[in-house]
Amino acid sequence: MARSVIPFGPQHPVLPEPIHLSIVVEDEKVVEALPTLGYVHRGLEMLATKRDYNQMIQIVERVCGICSMLHSMCYCQGIEEMMGVEVPRRARMLRVVWSELHRLHSHLLWLGLFADSFGFEALFMQLWKIREKVMDLNEATTGNRVIVSVNVVGGVRADLDESQVRWIRDTLADVEAAIKSLRSTIMNDSTVCRRTRGVGVLSRQAAYDLGAAGPTLRGSGVAQDMRQLKYAGFDEIAFEPVVETDGDCWARSTVRFRECLQSIDLVRQGLDRLDGGELAAKVKGKPEGEVITRVEQPRGECLYYLKGNGDKFLDRVRIRTPTFANIPPLAAMLPGLDFANVPVVVLSIDPCISCTER
Amino acid sequence: MAIEATPIAPARLVAEVTRLAAEGWRLVTFSSVEIDAENMEVLYHFDKDLVLKNLRVQVKKGGTLPSVSGVIFAAFLIENEIRDQFGVTFEGLVLDYQGKLLNDCVQTPATSPFCRYQVTRKEEVR
Repeated sequence: MARSVIPFGPQHPVLPEPIHLSIVVEDEKVVEALPTLGYVHRGLEMLATKRDYNQMIQIVERVCGICSMLHSMCYCQGIEEMMGVEVPRRARMLRVVWSELHRLHSHLLWLGLFADSFGFEALFMQLWKIREKVMDLNEATTGNRVIVSVNVVGGVRADLDESQVRWIRDTLADVEAAIKSLRSTIMNDSTVCRRTRGVGVLSRQAAYDLGAAGPTLRGSGVAQDMRQLKYAGFDEIAFEPVVETDGDCWARSTVRFRECLQSIDLVRQGLDRLDGGELAAKVKGKPEGEVITRVEQPRGECLYYLKGNGDKFLDRVRIRTPTFANIPPLAAMLPGLDFANVPVVVLSIDPCISCTER
Repeated sequence: MAIEATPIAPARLVAEVTRLAAEGWRLVTFSSVEIDAENMEVLYHFDKDLVLKNLRVQVKKGGTLPSVSGVIFAAFLIENEIRDQFGVTFEGLVLDYQGKLLNDCVQTPATSPFCRYQVTRKEEVR
């Protein structure tokens, strides 16, 4: 049978950002998929040699808007480790609160987009309506909806007062109830199941061998989550990774759905542990040496390699983002699929091209 | 402060990565770092049960390293990116973009299906 090459992207209705896949098909079956990057590459890593280590916080926050808080937290953790800075407990707990609010709004955004990818517009709008409440929390507590800019080397720059803590708890109770009301639709609705069950299956072994990260890895049964490293305030917080074993689109979306509820619980645990301590430790000197730090972003494991030479400019900032790691697994999921399922499977890894094109 | 990284000669790299993969170490990524005007190093990061293991390989700028993509397929994207950004070539890459992963249209402006455009590399003005 003759083969055809169908271009998928860089502009496509399910892709908010540009990535290109050359999809080779025989009739309607995908045989091969070849990714192409570079449409919006920004070279942000190289700015480390032109911006000092404090200014780099604002740069790394712009690697990705949706997980900006986690980029800056990962970067700050690395600088703090290099400089031997001990972050106050209150700041570590506040980092947990804002990072989990980020995960919550990111997953709600993705669940909405995922519903949209198979034409479930009502579910898409419901999920984004819920997400707005989380965005309001971000805006009211930090001044911004997406790029919240709360991290500084040594701690955080914003605080929560008692009334804000009460308001967050009340709002999260509403958000939790709204998310739970959609549980049966997201997990059991026949329309959803027909488009996601058994589609884009990635086995446990393949996910591990291909270096998958985050919900893509956990949806295939691997219980690995960087929050197990107990960064920020996670050393005091009860946490178990959310795992599903089917390895298909349904499993990946279910992991994210369950993680929404888990994030609400983690925010509450963080709020419970807010003490009256300092927001940031004093920082002296310049970063020197090399360090690797990892955090769990909404899309998975994020790694920063930092190298300083005692100057205010770092020698190297290397950022490994989860979407970059999930592209080889995606290329492995596509062969054998009907072409009509490609958009759903592509979206199931929650592709963030902004992260990939850092 | 320096991270723990085992120095490896390029000739032993593939054998060492093969051994790590067989032991269940998962490739996380590589980090390429300039050492001086002529030399750089590539750090290979592996994970197993949340523990990181790092290999450190030195290479001349514009030099060649053996590709590990034959052992770990996911390495092809990282190796192609390092070639684009730092000019290190990887011998035996299973999927070689020929230095055009990020600039695929430099020589063949036809990848984007409905438009043609040209990207030009410019040297930085200091």
